[in-house]
Amino acid sequence: MNSIDSTTVNHWIEEMAQQLHSALASDLNESVIVGIHTGGVSIAAILHEKLSLDTPLCELNINFYRDDFSRIGLHPSVGASKLPTTIDNRNIILVDDVIYSGRTIRAAMNELFDFGRPSRIILAVLVQREGREIPIHPDITGQTIVLSPEKQIKLQMPDMSLQIIGTEKIEDTSK
Amino acid sequence: MNQNNVNIQLDDKGRLKHFLAIESLSKNILLEILDTAESFASVNGKAIKKVPLLRGKTVANLFFENSTRTLTTFELAAKRLSADVLNVNMTASSTKKGESLLDTLRNLEAMQCDMFVVRHQDSGAAHFIAEHVAPHVNIINAGDGQHAHPTQAMLDMFTIRHFKGDFSNLTVAVVGDIRHSRVARSQIQALNTLGVKEIRIVAPKTLLPSKIELFGTRVYMNFDTALENVDVVIMLRLQTERMKGALLPSSDEYFSCYGLTQERIKLASPEAIIMHPGPTNRGVEIEGTVADSTQAVILQQVTFGIAVRMAVMSIAISSTEKTIAEAL
Repeated sequence: MNSIDSTTVNHWIEEMAQQLHSALASDLNESVIVGIHTGGVSIAAILHEKLSLDTPLCELNINFYRDDFSRIGLHPSVGASKLPTTIDNRNIILVDDVIYSGRTIRAAMNELFDFGRPSRIILAVLVQREGREIPIHPDITGQTIVLSPEKQIKLQMPDMSLQIIGTEKIEDTSK
Repeated sequence: MNQNNVNIQLDDKGRLKHFLAIESLSKNILLEILDTAESFASVNGKAIKKVPLLRGKTVANLFFENSTRTLTTFELAAKRLSADVLNVNMTASSTKKGESLLDTLRNLEAMQCDMFVVRHQDSGAAHFIAEHVAPHVNIINAGDGQHAHPTQAMLDMFTIRHFKGDFSNLTVAVVGDIRHSRVARSQIQALNTLGVKEIRIVAPKTLLPSKIELFGTRVYMNFDTALENVDVVIMLRLQTERMKGALLPSSDEYFSCYGLTQERIKLASPEAIIMHPGPTNRGVEIEGTVADSTQAVILQQVTFGIAVRMAVMSIAISSTEKTIAEAL
């Protein structure tokens, strides 16, 4: 299998929404969803709608916080981060499509803390795969997938399917 | 490919390494600067107004000519990128003691600076420095003689795009002392490269450069006629310190023919924006009330200048980082 269709992906996002309800309960309404460019933004938007939040939908461009600038220079830019004027004392639901090494989330959190001091950050990812290089783990996961290191998994827009670059079989190791 | 060999602004992969002049830069590079600047727009809204991109890098501002706003915005831009910044006052330095420009440079290089931002009274100074600087050092031209002021042009382009959108629909008037203005030269080049519909130059004959026909513009000596349907009006300062010989009868006379007044601006498109690189001479090239009007975006230009200079510095250092990484 080298792709996962959008129906399955939507089902996993629904799973994430349910987990967020359980994790945050009455704090959910005041929480702010922040999608990480580019993969996390569309997932954040869907979650924002499913959870019927009144708080603004936010975005983080982590380009300038990456740890590989000295190796590969500036990535092509995708637009400014959009966050409320202050995130002090807010619950932040940080959303991305895939967590792999953990470096993207490290960069995202460093950037978030330059905006203020959140009371809590909950990490919600669509796909979790093995290969962490930083001790960062998601609180909310749509699906856990095992892939060999040379394979990549990417969210395809606009249809919201997941594409695996390569033809390895995916083992489904969800609970 | 030939262009890359002679264009010292680009490294051998065509990436921007030194930012010296708008001429010979492609539309793609100019758009890259504008798009990158867009991403820096949010830095002002953060509690900590910084990104860590240039952390550990040292940027030296070498200003051989006085400046307030350009120096301040370059300094702010570098600091917002988390760089260490040196402001070297070259107007009161070893150059006065007879040290050559190159010796000054070598001494500064010995202090391990990664980037020099240079303003100099001689045209070509920034190019000269870029030709002689050590391999992994970037040079940004903050204005050289009457030749170029490329970062000012780019922040002006950013301002135009921010308020007016697509360049290809726009009629832009550049008004004033074109002949002595490095800003005007760079602006006209940028407007041409970005594909603006029409560029109108407005000046008395004595303030037009020779060979103006090479600039790809329409020349007007009547300001009122020139303003019809204009979307962007860029006013230039009357540069008294650069004028040699009596090129104008008086500044009052200039104001009556070429000053942007409340009456005159009504001749332009109703949504026209008014720009000025600063500092403004109220009552000489622009009426005070016009400079303070809602159509004037002069202060926004200054704010955008920080994001645009952050973009130029980041792109230049990024090219050098990639070059170093590729060599390993």
